[in-house]
Amino acid sequence: MKTFKLGGVHPPENKLSAEAAIETIALPKQVTVPLGQHLGAPATAIVKKGDMVKVGQQIAKATGFISANIHSPVSGKVFKIDNVYDSSGYRKPSIIINVEGDEWVDTIDRSTDIDANIKLSAKEITDKINEMGVVGLGGATFPSFVKLMVPDGKKVDYLIINGVECEPYLTSDHRLMLERGEEMLIGVSILMKGLNTNKALIGIEDNKKDAIEDLKRLAQKFKGIEVHPLKVQYPQGGEKQLIQALTGREVPSGKLPLEVGCVVNNVGTALAIYEAVQKNKPLFERVVTVTGKSVKKPSNFLARIGTPIKELIEAAQGLPEDTGKIINGGPMMGKALLNTDVPVVKGTSGILIMPEKESKRNEASNCIRCAKCVEACPMGLEPVLLSKTSKLELFEKVEAERVMDCIECGSCSYTCPANIPLLDYIRYGKNKVGGIIRDRSKK
Amino acid sequence: MSLLTISASPHVHGDNSTKKIMWGVVYALIPALLVSVYYFGLDALRVVFIAVAASIFFEWLIQKYLLNGSETISDGSAVITGILLAFNVPSNLPWWIIVIGALVAIGMGKMSYGGLGKNPFNPALVGRVFMLISFPVQMTSWPKAQPIINGITDAITGPTALGIMKEGLDAGKTVSEITANIPSNMDLFIGNMGGSMGEVSAIALILGGVYMLWKKIITWHIPVSILLTVAIFSGIFHFINPEHYVCPIFHLLTGGMLLGAIFMATDMVSSPMTSKAQLVYGIGIGLITVIIRIWGAYPEGMSFAILLMNAGVPLLNNAFKPTRFGKEVKHG
Amino acid sequence: MNEVILYSVGSLGTLAIVAAIILYFVAQKFKVFEDPRIDDVEEILPSANCGGCGYAGCRAFAEALVKAGTMEGFNCPVGGSDVMVDVGKALGLEAEIAEPQIAVVRCNGTVDNSPAKVKYDGISSCAAAATIYSGEGGCSFGCLGLGDCEESCDFDAIHVNPKTMIPEVTNNCVACNACVIACPKDIIELRNVGKKERRIFVSCINEEKGAPAKKNCSVACIACSKCFNVCPFDAIEMKNNRAYIDYEKCKLCRKCVAVCPTDAIHEINFPLKKIKPAADKAAPKKVATETKVDLTANLVTEQKKEVVKKEAPKNAAADAKKEENKKA
Repeated sequence: MKTFKLGGVHPPENKLSAEAAIETIALPKQVTVPLGQHLGAPATAIVKKGDMVKVGQQIAKATGFISANIHSPVSGKVFKIDNVYDSSGYRKPSIIINVEGDEWVDTIDRSTDIDANIKLSAKEITDKINEMGVVGLGGATFPSFVKLMVPDGKKVDYLIINGVECEPYLTSDHRLMLERGEEMLIGVSILMKGLNTNKALIGIEDNKKDAIEDLKRLAQKFKGIEVHPLKVQYPQGGEKQLIQALTGREVPSGKLPLEVGCVVNNVGTALAIYEAVQKNKPLFERVVTVTGKSVKKPSNFLARIGTPIKELIEAAQGLPEDTGKIINGGPMMGKALLNTDVPVVKGTSGILIMPEKESKRNEASNCIRCAKCVEACPMGLEPVLLSKTSKLELFEKVEAERVMDCIECGSCSYTCPANIPLLDYIRYGKNKVGGIIRDRSKK
Repeated sequence: MSLLTISASPHVHGDNSTKKIMWGVVYALIPALLVSVYYFGLDALRVVFIAVAASIFFEWLIQKYLLNGSETISDGSAVITGILLAFNVPSNLPWWIIVIGALVAIGMGKMSYGGLGKNPFNPALVGRVFMLISFPVQMTSWPKAQPIINGITDAITGPTALGIMKEGLDAGKTVSEITANIPSNMDLFIGNMGGSMGEVSAIALILGGVYMLWKKIITWHIPVSILLTVAIFSGIFHFINPEHYVCPIFHLLTGGMLLGAIFMATDMVSSPMTSKAQLVYGIGIGLITVIIRIWGAYPEGMSFAILLMNAGVPLLNNAFKPTRFGKEVKHG
Repeated sequence: MNEVILYSVGSLGTLAIVAAIILYFVAQKFKVFEDPRIDDVEEILPSANCGGCGYAGCRAFAEALVKAGTMEGFNCPVGGSDVMVDVGKALGLEAEIAEPQIAVVRCNGTVDNSPAKVKYDGISSCAAAATIYSGEGGCSFGCLGLGDCEESCDFDAIHVNPKTMIPEVTNNCVACNACVIACPKDIIELRNVGKKERRIFVSCINEEKGAPAKKNCSVACIACSKCFNVCPFDAIEMKNNRAYIDYEKCKLCRKCVAVCPTDAIHEINFPLKKIKPAADKAAPKKVATETKVDLTANLVTEQKKEVVKKEAPKNAAADAKKEENKKA
């Protein structure tokens, strides 16, 4: 079975919500839409306090090239534009809307029939995706239209679709592939047209055998789309690892996948692109998994952006008594949240509730130089060396040991027998070295 | 509900732990321990007991009063040092020498560098070499193997098979003349030979090695590279002059070869981190051991070879970096 | 026996003489001329090699100073004006007398004032923690209490108080700037030590509006501007929802300390004021949690009462600081 070559670990999968069909949850009374929910510059609000908005109406426009538009997920009145805590732990500017009814703008096609006829040209597709505010839904939230703008001289050999979902506990992509597979594949064809390529490879981890079968069957209707099962190994879904597993090509250090003729998109993004291009629907809702060992009803919810997390937890039958940590994302790369008032944003793939007894880190002891971290690193780095030199603040050496290649997957900390928080120090070193590199390029 | 915890990712941890690794090595040493008790009787147990107790005691003492740190004896590494130290000495060694050896091994070989994980040299070997050089007579009169099923009798001492071979060759005798006076290859394999407790049974040691490979405590690189190098290097000389150079099987089965290759050289703290570096490390140990055995003054070269290569580990780590992902790109 | 000694002494002695001659010629050939005044200046400097002057160690400072030929822009904060005057004498130049400074921690978000709303579990580094969350108390400008400042200090002058989780500066501080750079939230500032070592500063750098700031920390600056209005020397500036006292303009009159409704302004090393008996019965907490800013005419009488009430807790704080400085 195909897989990436270096390193990797296999945390327990715990896909507790894999059987839970996607549910739409009730609209909240108030939504908080952060302006900076994508990579790049935060958007600029184009509504003000007191304005009435409808679902799908644009409420913020992109600032600069790497940025995205934001559309209202609800209909109602803009309450205020203020700083609110988001998942970063800091207060960021957001638009707060009081919900009244559920009125959509009439440009959106709300019919549920599947439209496989792609009428737009490649350039129109790129513009439409930009207009509809579609960003990468795998978690990185990179504005998707930028990936479609292939510079002259570069050619896309493969469009790679990431259906891997290698993080434990998360199942939103899995359910999307099962329940809306055909629409997602049309989204893939739209992307193929936009990129001017005729080969698409969909990678799915082998623990989702039903999705693999379904998609293989559906893909026969489409030209050029292949479905490949991949070994269950973390981080199979990392962009560079996925490209190597499916095509054998290695993206060089510091470069984009386009260097090796590939563009990677998440299955959720492909579906959002289908909705944007075929149904004129901007991105304002997404599937969020709510899961955890103590959660009474692990579920996958279709939630509007801006919904406070506590509404989703209530819909999963409440916050368990023994909650110790609430994580936005999966257990390997997710961020711990301060409280449940934080809103759902475009990059929220799941909410993981960890019981108290699993929330405390074990005590760190001396490094025994076992090199398990070196074995586990999927980028071929030496986490023990990066961690020690970051701690000693020898940033020249940290940079020379290629810390900027680190994808922060967490495999090293996961596998360390001495419970050393390797990734914490490496992240610190990466931040500092990133700053040094930026200063250097300014001079 | 108590306060939520905030910490950085990852939020889960695998089930590796230092304790598991250390105790796994201890379990792997049990077959060899049982065989040595069979051949050397209760003396074997006495030596092991004294060595382990002394190692644990000294580590606890130094950690608590000199380094002022939290207790570390429960992670099992002092137990391993004790057992390996015991395996390297004759089973009739006086108790006070064992205690001194443990003090040097733990105090100088491990704690003086800061404790577990910070020592460049294998602590058990540091202790053993110290004892060998300081108490050469007691450290080289090895009891003969006397299976306890034959009844418990007084120990008869004498040089090991390796010692006999070395003396004989230096005196000018040929290999075939000497071979008559030493145990057969099969005897060497199962352990019916004189020597230290850890030298005797090849099969028990190999069993322990397989257990550690299965539990992923060690990888094949170091043991295989050491043994292959020894076999090939000594094989070349044996091929050239069979009467002056012993056959490779003899080298592989005698002395601390298997104990060193499987348990001592693979000590994680003092061995290199990447597989390529480990192969070079093993080749180096193999070469040096054979050179000392054939041309050096000592009959046994393993301990010195490992210590010498331990000194080269930082260089090896620097020279053999792991394969990086993505081709090298020159940054502007 | 004598022969052995003779030969040993003779051969080693000859070797030594030959080596000495070779070394002499090599030293002469490769000699680097250095201004001897650099050595003189280096002798006077305190040899702390802390970098507070902006140069890589005392020798580098001495070299730069002698090369520059002027004392303008050169100051050794550790040695202070005494050392600079001596250096000036050695070089025959006029020394600039700089006002002595001390590091000031501008946050009072202790565990009591800003109770923890989450538990932090991670490495003890403020710089790393700042990237994952804003702080246990909820204020994103406040001190994290993990001690990067304490680690960076070469003079044992700043320590995180384990009871309050806020760093405290002692008199050992020489204003070398290390802690200012180490703090990822820019909480520490170098301010003038002040006449008789007295100084006044706003112990809060929160840039949030009053209501959210107060929600997280009971002694936050809510930018009510009372201090700004009352200062007779125009020393206070209201910017970004907080007050800032300019230490050059401040004349230590303490009017601002009296009017601050949240006790955000701190006065250091002032003598105790006589406490009226009625004031003891006052409940200090009531004043601190007063959120409504009432700018009506009755304020004058209200203020006077507040001034008296606040002496009790204020002096306790000043006392504690005095004790700290005495001990140091």
